[in-house]
This record gives sequence, structure tokens and C-alpha cells, in this order.
Amino acid sequence: MINATTAGLVLAGVLFTLGLISMLIRRNIIFMLVSVEIMLNAAGLAFIVAASRWGQPEGQVMFMFILAMAAAEVSVGLALILQLYHQLKSLDSDEASRMRG
Amino acid sequence: MEWMYLVPALPFLGALILILFSGKIGKPGVIAVGCGSIGLAALVTIVAGWQFMQSGVPAFSQHLWEWLRVGDFSIGVNLRLDALSLSFAFVITFVGWLIHIYSTGYMSDDPDFARFFACMNLFVGSMLMLVLADNLLLMYLGWEGVGLCSYLLIGFWYKAPENGAAARKAFIVTRVGDTAMAIALFLLVQHTGSLQLSVVLERAQSLWAAGDPTVVWIAFLLLGGAVGKSAQLPLQTWLPDAMAGPTPVSALIHAATMVTAGVYLIARTNVIFSLAPAAQTAVAITGAVTLLLAGFSAWVQTDIKRVLAYSTISQIGYMFLALGVGAWSAAIFHFITHAFFKALLFLGAGAVIHALHHEQDMFKMGGLRKSLPGVFLVFLIGSLSLAAIPFISSGWYSKDQIIWLAGTAAGGRPVYAFAAVLGAFITAAYTTRMMLLVFFGKEQTHVHHKPGPEMMVPLYVLAVCSTLAGFLELPHTLGHFTWLSDFLQPVLPEVVTQHASVAAEWGLQTITAGLAALAIYITWRLLNAPFPKEAGAFLKSGWGFDAAYDVLFVQPFVRIARLNRKDIIDNVYTGLAAITRGLHRMMSATQSGIIRWYVLGVVMGAVLILSVIIWRHSM
Amino acid sequence: MILLAFILFPLAGAFLAWASAAVNATLPRWIALLVMLAGLVLAVGIWVQPEPASLAGADWRYVYHQPWMPRFGVSLSLAIDGLSLLMIVLTFFLGAMAVLVSWNEIRDRTGFYYFNLLFVLGGIAGVFLVMDLFLFYFFWEVMLIPMYFLIGIWGHGRRLYASLKFFLFTQAGGLLMLLSILGLYFVHGASTGNYTFSYAELLQTPMEQGIGRWLMLGFMAAFLVKLPAFPFHTWLPDAHTEAPTAGSVILAGLLLKTGAYGILRFVLPLFPEACHAFAQVFMLLGAIGILYGGQLAYAQTDFKRLVAYTSVSHMGFVLVGAFAFNELAYQGVVMQMITHGISTGALFMIAGVLYERLHTRELEKMGGLWAALPGLGAITMVFVMASLGLPGLGNFIAEFLILAGSWQASPWITVLAATGLVVATVYSLRIMQKVFFGISLREFRLKDMTVREAVMLLPLVIAIIWLGLFPQRVIDTASKAAPVVAFQYKDN
Repeated sequence: MINATTAGLVLAGVLFTLGLISMLIRRNIIFMLVSVEIMLNAAGLAFIVAASRWGQPEGQVMFMFILAMAAAEVSVGLALILQLYHQLKSLDSDEASRMRG
Repeated sequence: MEWMYLVPALPFLGALILILFSGKIGKPGVIAVGCGSIGLAALVTIVAGWQFMQSGVPAFSQHLWEWLRVGDFSIGVNLRLDALSLSFAFVITFVGWLIHIYSTGYMSDDPDFARFFACMNLFVGSMLMLVLADNLLLMYLGWEGVGLCSYLLIGFWYKAPENGAAARKAFIVTRVGDTAMAIALFLLVQHTGSLQLSVVLERAQSLWAAGDPTVVWIAFLLLGGAVGKSAQLPLQTWLPDAMAGPTPVSALIHAATMVTAGVYLIARTNVIFSLAPAAQTAVAITGAVTLLLAGFSAWVQTDIKRVLAYSTISQIGYMFLALGVGAWSAAIFHFITHAFFKALLFLGAGAVIHALHHEQDMFKMGGLRKSLPGVFLVFLIGSLSLAAIPFISSGWYSKDQIIWLAGTAAGGRPVYAFAAVLGAFITAAYTTRMMLLVFFGKEQTHVHHKPGPEMMVPLYVLAVCSTLAGFLELPHTLGHFTWLSDFLQPVLPEVVTQHASVAAEWGLQTITAGLAALAIYITWRLLNAPFPKEAGAFLKSGWGFDAAYDVLFVQPFVRIARLNRKDIIDNVYTGLAAITRGLHRMMSATQSGIIRWYVLGVVMGAVLILSVIIWRHSM
Repeated sequence: MILLAFILFPLAGAFLAWASAAVNATLPRWIALLVMLAGLVLAVGIWVQPEPASLAGADWRYVYHQPWMPRFGVSLSLAIDGLSLLMIVLTFFLGAMAVLVSWNEIRDRTGFYYFNLLFVLGGIAGVFLVMDLFLFYFFWEVMLIPMYFLIGIWGHGRRLYASLKFFLFTQAGGLLMLLSILGLYFVHGASTGNYTFSYAELLQTPMEQGIGRWLMLGFMAAFLVKLPAFPFHTWLPDAHTEAPTAGSVILAGLLLKTGAYGILRFVLPLFPEACHAFAQVFMLLGAIGILYGGQLAYAQTDFKRLVAYTSVSHMGFVLVGAFAFNELAYQGVVMQMITHGISTGALFMIAGVLYERLHTRELEKMGGLWAALPGLGAITMVFVMASLGLPGLGNFIAEFLILAGSWQASPWITVLAATGLVVATVYSLRIMQKVFFGISLREFRLKDMTVREAVMLLPLVIAIIWLGLFPQRVIDTASKAAPVVAFQYKDN
């Protein structure tokens, strides 16, 4: 049997990969934001697992940090998305691109 | 003799006045300045020449100012008067003066009267500079100066593009020869450290043994310059086209004076040619071949001036032949008689052309014997000289001397004499043809206006000269009078003959005279006989030299110019710019604004870095 | 102090001209003309006065020395000898002509225009005078930027392309030279312990063969581009063609000469060994440039572009002569610098005069102008003949001396270069034929030269004839060049 640390890290890895893939394939900005959240939380999970493995508090501190950052990011991100939706009447991220190389 | 500097200075001054004040002095002023300066120069030449002959010194030189001095190498603007330069200077100023007077009539209706005389004066000045120069660089100045004037005067009627083309052709073809001559000067500077004639010729004798490769190179390069200026093979192609200029120009520049500059150069540097037997043989062969080729071409021309042009090439061929066999003074003798009778013929042709309203085609002339009797008379005298009719024409005395020496002089060969005799036969033939076509037969074009006295008087003077000039030298058979050779002896070595027998000379003279008579008879009988068309066209075009040069040099150059108008080297730099711009495009294309591509980029980067780290750790 | 005046006059005049434009738009040109004439008078004054006893054993006529950044061995060090003096006279002479040429041509932003014009000239004067490599680089760049503006703002057609190309080429060469200057600085400092940019001290730098060659190539990069030598010449036709007339005059007459001057003043004395090693290569480049430039000149249909390519051809002679290492060729090079400046400058002016009348530079649209413009035609004839090297005009002296000198160094390259004389005839006569001879395509009602045009062209005619008949004055002056540049190093 694998131990709890390994299982936790594998779970964090799987979550991160899922978030990354959905980030790459989604065009809807809301879902992209959700994917970012998933990836952030996967990283947070990895911190927690590592903290419990070594019995150190810093991992939890990092998680608090990520949590705070994610909250800020979501609020700013959602505000941007609202504005974008007003402008473009769409949530497609590609629509927002005005750059043509 | 102290006034010698005035000889070239007066024509230059005249030219300067004519250029600066042409608008202000009016036509009489132009005539006064143009003819007056040359007349004065002729007078000074005669006085200086008289003093020179009285003084008995071999050479007199005059230092004007230091032209350039670099280290030990120094060149002065120095003039030199000796027998050779005096002979040339006399012919140039005297014939030049007569032609100037003639031109006041010939050019009187031309709106660019002043420009014509400015160029003519400039020409006479440059030509005098050429022959009076004491060093080769100053001679080169005159040499190129006459080239410039020749260019300006051939293209005098600049509105016709073909005149411009002829003018440029003359300048460029002679420049090819001039460049060869310039290289000869570099060699002389390198080896003798000087360009002063006396120094160069003296050092050449002590520096090189006969046949030394260096001196042979120098002689060949000088010959290159000479054939360019004197329109000899292989650079003869410019002279027939040069007839695009006004006829007095053809008389002065392209017959009497400038084209004989090559003869002068070779005679002047005779020491170098004597040291280079190969080059001297080349001079003789050039002369022999040219006189024949040009003679045949003259035979089939229809334009009267082109007949005379080819005949000039041919006659200079005789001079080259004489130089090549070592008969130096014979060449100068022929130069003098030729200057008189060819100037006479050209001016006579000019009078005809003028009278017929610029008609130059001989087949449209005819019967002018009655309407222009004065011109007929002088033209006949000139033609007799050209055809070398014995005893009564100066051309016979000089040409006969060359024919005789071509076989008997130290460098002579029977084959040269044969070529010279054959050339005399052709000369008689085409001269007769020209006379018959122009002055006999049926009148085809009506005479518009007869030449005035300002045109006729120079013609009479030249007619007298072209008869009397022959008596400067008489052959062995007629008492062996050698005034000119004796006079030139301090400059030009005496001709060495191998096996002279008076009887043989009699024989040769008889043969030549007989052939001339035969040529006249045949031409008279066969004047309108049909001639093979292709052969005629080939000869008329001057043996296809023009076409060959066109294919070999002109067209490749023009084609390269057309291909490379935009400078292919620039493509290297524009290519470099294009590569930079391409890279820039590629990089900026990645900045698409599509977030998922950016994320992918981040992921790929992360994966790359991680895999490198892992790979390094697993090693 | 007098030397400083040569640089400060134009620079101060530049600012004054700019400021004066606010008062009156025609004031700047008068200021510019006065400044140039004052400089010319000063320079000719030095030239004609008897030479002072030689200073400190060298042939410097005047020396000015002022420490500036002693810590880095930089000093404001100026000196003048025969070579510099001739170049300074030429600078102010052509500078005055350039002002006259712009008299009516420039109507837009005159203040800034004359500011740039004078600034270029100040930079050029600086290049010819400074004896400190740091300052040399400084002035080298000072020439560049105002010229960029002159072409870019007041030029014709594709002026932005041309000015950018000019800038990039010169800058690339200049940066390589900067590297070499720094290299020389450190090599000298490392071997002697004395870190200095002073020309006089750097002359005695002991160098390894390999390093010396690389440093020389760095300097040559800048000078070959500026000269311009084949194959670095392609900026020149564009810059010349698109520049305003005065810009072309200064480019051809003066900027190109800084390259030649740099070779004579810096490359040859600083790196004698390396120069000998590469002499054949550079001579060959020069000879190729003569023929290649001539061929391209023949192919052009734009008057100014044609003249631009003749510059490539003529400056090839400079390169051939500079690396021949003898006095004949050296004197020829100096002569060529002066006569080419005058004759090509004059041809550009003529192109400008024609452009003001015809509003075209296309040769195909000209023809038969002699009837309308005989005076201009006669003057053009003089300079066309100068360009093909007719004896009696200055260019002939130059070309003859160069070829006579280079013959002793390398006959075959000289033969190649001498064929350039034939090519020069071909393209030069084409100018006359296309512009003044032939049939006129339309009825021109044109005025022959105005007084101003005569005033700017006649001095050039007189100068080129004077140089052709009495070149000794120039030769004597040039032979007094301190460290006798080209031929001091001879097979040892």
C-alpha cells in the first residue's frame, strides 16, 4: 500500500493536471478562472501534505497565503470578466484578443 | 626663340577670349580673334624656326614653371624646340591658319560660329603643346587635349544623336590607346625616374640592352597609344565615323594634324623603339596591314568624306611602315606632304559639299568640273599627290621614298615593299574613282552657291604647297637631295640602307608608276561595273571591325550594365535586412493575444526545465 | 586657440542660426555663409603665411592641448599639419558653396536646416583636427546625426530609407572602430602602464602581430564604409540621391574624405605592419571599386545616382594609392581627396541647378539643353572632363600620381585600375550626351545661370583648373604632414 503522503501528492498532481488541461482547452473565461482555482488549490494541497509529512507549520502558512491570493484574484478576475462581457457580449477569451502578431 | 611660349599660348588665349566673350565681340571679332591668334602663332613659329636654324643648336628648351615635383620626381612645364617639333609646329600653325580662314566662309551661316572657333583654337593650342612638350607628361596633356577637342568638334552639331555617338566613339577608342600609353609612362617613371624626353632617352640607352623585356613592353604600350590616336589597326574604327564633324575639322584634326600624333610619338621616342626590335617590327606590320585594309575600304565608299577618311588611315599606315623599317625622316616627309594634300582634298571636298548643300554622296554628284572649275583644279592637284603621280606631285616624292626604303632600309623586307606598292595601286584606283564620280559624268545635283574667296584662297595656297613640298627631298634617281633628312638628323637617326642600287630604284619607280597608270585605266573602264554585293558591304563597313567590337566589347558591357543596374551587392544588405525583418515577424506572430497559447508556452517551458533538471539528476 | 576656432565657429554658428530663424527666416543662411567665409579666410590665412619654425621637431603648424578627463587619459588635443590644413581649407570652401547651394532650395524650417548643416561641418572640422582618439570617435559621431536629419527631413523621394541606411552603415562601421580604439587603449595601457587616448603616444604602441591586425581591421571597417569601398558602398547611392543638394555636396566632398583621411592619419601610422600584410587586399578592393562603380555609373538613369557611383569609382583610387606605400601615390591620394571633392561637389550642384529648372533628375527626360543653357553646359563640360581625368584639370594630377605610385607597388592591380580610365570616359561622356546634347524633348524656356549660381560654380572651375596647372602648392603643403604618413614604413 502507498502511504498517505504519496497518495496526497498524487491527488494534488492529478488535480493540477486536470486544472491545467481545462485551462488549455476551455474558451469560456469563467471556466478558465475555475481551472486556475483548481490549480491553485492543487498546489495548496501539496503544501498541506508536505507540512503534515514534516510536521512543520510553514506549509499551512503557505496555504493561507494562497487562499488570500486566490480570493483577491477571483474578485479582480470576476470584475474584469464582467467588464469584458459588457464590452463583447461574450465570454469567449479569444474574442478578447485584439493582437494579430 | 624666347617667344616660343607664345606659340601654344596664343591659340589658348584666343580660345579663352572666345569662350568668355563670345557674345560680346560679334562675328568680326570672333574671326579676328580666331584667325588672328593662329596667324600670329604661325608667324612666331616661323620667326622662332628661323632663329633656331640660324643658331645651329640641336635643341632649344624653355622652362615656364614647375608643374609638379614629388620627391626626386619632377616635371616642368617646359617647351622644346628642335627639328622634329619645329616641323610639326610649322605644319600645325600654317595649315591650321589656312583652315581657320577657310572656316570663316564654310561656317559663316552657323549659329554656333564662336563655339566652333573656340574649339578650333583650343585644338591648335593643345596640338602645339603636344609637339612642343619637353616631357612625356606634358605631351600627354596635349595628347588628351586634342582628344577632347576632337570629341567636341566631331559632335559639334550636337542635335543629331549619331554625331554624339561618333564623337564618343572617337574619344573612347582613343582613350583605350591613351591608357596603354599612360602605363608606358608609369613604367618609364619606375625605371628611369623621369619623364623628360632627353633624360628618358639617354637613360634608356644605358639602362637596357636591345630586346630587354621591359623596353619591349614600353615600346608596345607606346605603340598602343600611337595606334589609338593615329587610327591604325586595331583601333582604326573611330576615324571614318569622325567625319560627322564639320569638314574643316576633318581637314585639320582628322587628316593633317591630330591623327599624325602617333607618328610624332614614335618618331620622338625612336630610341626606345630602336631598343625594342620586336615592337618596331610590329610598327611596320601595323602600318603595312593598315594601309592595305584601309585602301580597300576607301575603294568602295560612297560618301566622299569617308573615302578621304579611309585614305587618311591608309596614308598614316605608310608613315607607320616607314617608322617601322627605321626610315624615320621618310615618315616625317610623308607627314608634311600628306598634311598639305590631304588638307587640300578635305577642304576641296568641303567646298563641293558646301556648294551642293551638304550632299556627301558621290553618286549624287558628278559633272562638277564645269560648274566649280577652281575647286576642280585644286582637287585635281591634291588627287595627283594622293595617287602619287610621278614628278609633278609632292605625294610621289614622299611615298616613293617610303616604298623604296620599305624594301631596302635596315628593318625593311621585300614583303613590306610589295604591300606598299600594292597600296599605291589601290590608292590610285580609289582616287581616280573619286575624281570621276565627283567631277566628270553627268551633273546630278545643282550647285547652290559657289565658294567665296575666303574659301578659295586657302585652297590655292595649299595646292601650291602640296606641289612644292615634294622638293624637300629628291630620290637617288633625281639627284639625291636630302634637305629634310639632314635637317631632322640631330633628332632622328639617318636611315641605314642594306643594298641600294640606283638601277633597282629606277626599276621600282617604273613599276609603281606603271601600276598607278594601270589603276587609273582600269578604274576609268570599270567605273560602273557591278561589284559583288556582300564583299562590297564587308569592305565598306571597314572589314567588319565595328561589328566585331560591338559583339566583343560594347554589347557585353551594355548587357552587364542593364543586368546590374540595381547593384547586386546591395542585395546582400537588403537580404540582411529582409532576414531581420523575417525574424521579427516570426517572433511577433507568437504574440497572438490568445491566452491559451501563452499558457501552453508556460507549460512547455516548465516541462522543459523540469525534464532538464530530472535528466541532470538521473545522470 | 586658432584651431579651436575652426570647430567652435560652425558649432556656435549652428545655434545662432537656429535661434535667429525666430527673427527672420532668411537670417540663418546669411549667418551660415558668414561663418563659412570667416573660417575659409582663417584657413587660407594659415595656408599662405610662411611656415613657422617646426614645433617640437614635428611638422605640426599649430598645436592646442588641454587636459579634459586626465583620469582616463582623454584630452582636448588639436593639431594641424599640411594634410589637416588642406582638408580644413576644403571643408570651409565647400561649406560656403553648400550654403550658397541651399540658398533658395531650402524654404522649410530654415533655422533647423542651417543648424544641421553647420553642425555637420563643425564635426568634420573636428575630425580633421583632433589628435585624441576618444574625441576622434566623438566627432565621427557628431558628423553623423545632423547628416541623418539633413537627408531625412529635407531629402527627396525615399529619404527615410536613405537616411536610415546611411545611419546604419556608418554606425556599424563606427562601432567597430570604437572597439578598436578601446582595444588599442588597453593594449597600450597594459604594455606601458599609461592609459591614454593621445594619438602621439599611441603611435608607439608595441603590439603583437595578431592583435595589431584585428585592431587595424576594426579601424578599416569604419573608414572603408565611409570611403566607401567596394563592397560597402551601397549606402552611398541612396544617400546621395535622396539628400538635398547641399547634403550631397557635403557627403561627396567632405564626409567621404574623412574616411580617406582616417586611413592616412590613423590606420597607416598606427598599424604599419598590419597594413603591409593586407596592402594587396585593399588595393584590389580599390581597383574593383573603380571598375564596379564605373560600370554602375554607366547603368544609371538618375543624374545624381550616376554621380554617386562615380564617387565609388574615384574613391577606389584613394584606396589603391593609400596602400601603395610611396610618396608619389600618397601625394596622389591627397590630391584626389581635394579634386574629387571639388569636381563631384560641382556635379551635384549642377544636378541641383538642373533640378530647380526641370524638376527631374531623370537623364531620359533631359537632352539638347545646350541650346538653352550654354553657360551651364560649358561648366558641366569642365567637370565631366575632370571626372574622366583630362590632363590640365586637377583630377588628372591625382590619378596620374596614384597610378604611377601604385605601379611600383603592384603593376597588375594598377593595370586593372587604369582600365578604369576608359570606363570613366564611357560614363562621363554619357552625362554630356544625355543632358546637353541630342534632341531636346520639349521646348525649354530656361534661364541660363543666375548670378548666385555663377558665384558658386565659377570658383570651383577656377579651383579645378588651378589644381591641374599649378598643383605644386598643394603638393608642398601635403608633404609637410607630420608623421609622414604613408611611406615611413618600408620593408623593415
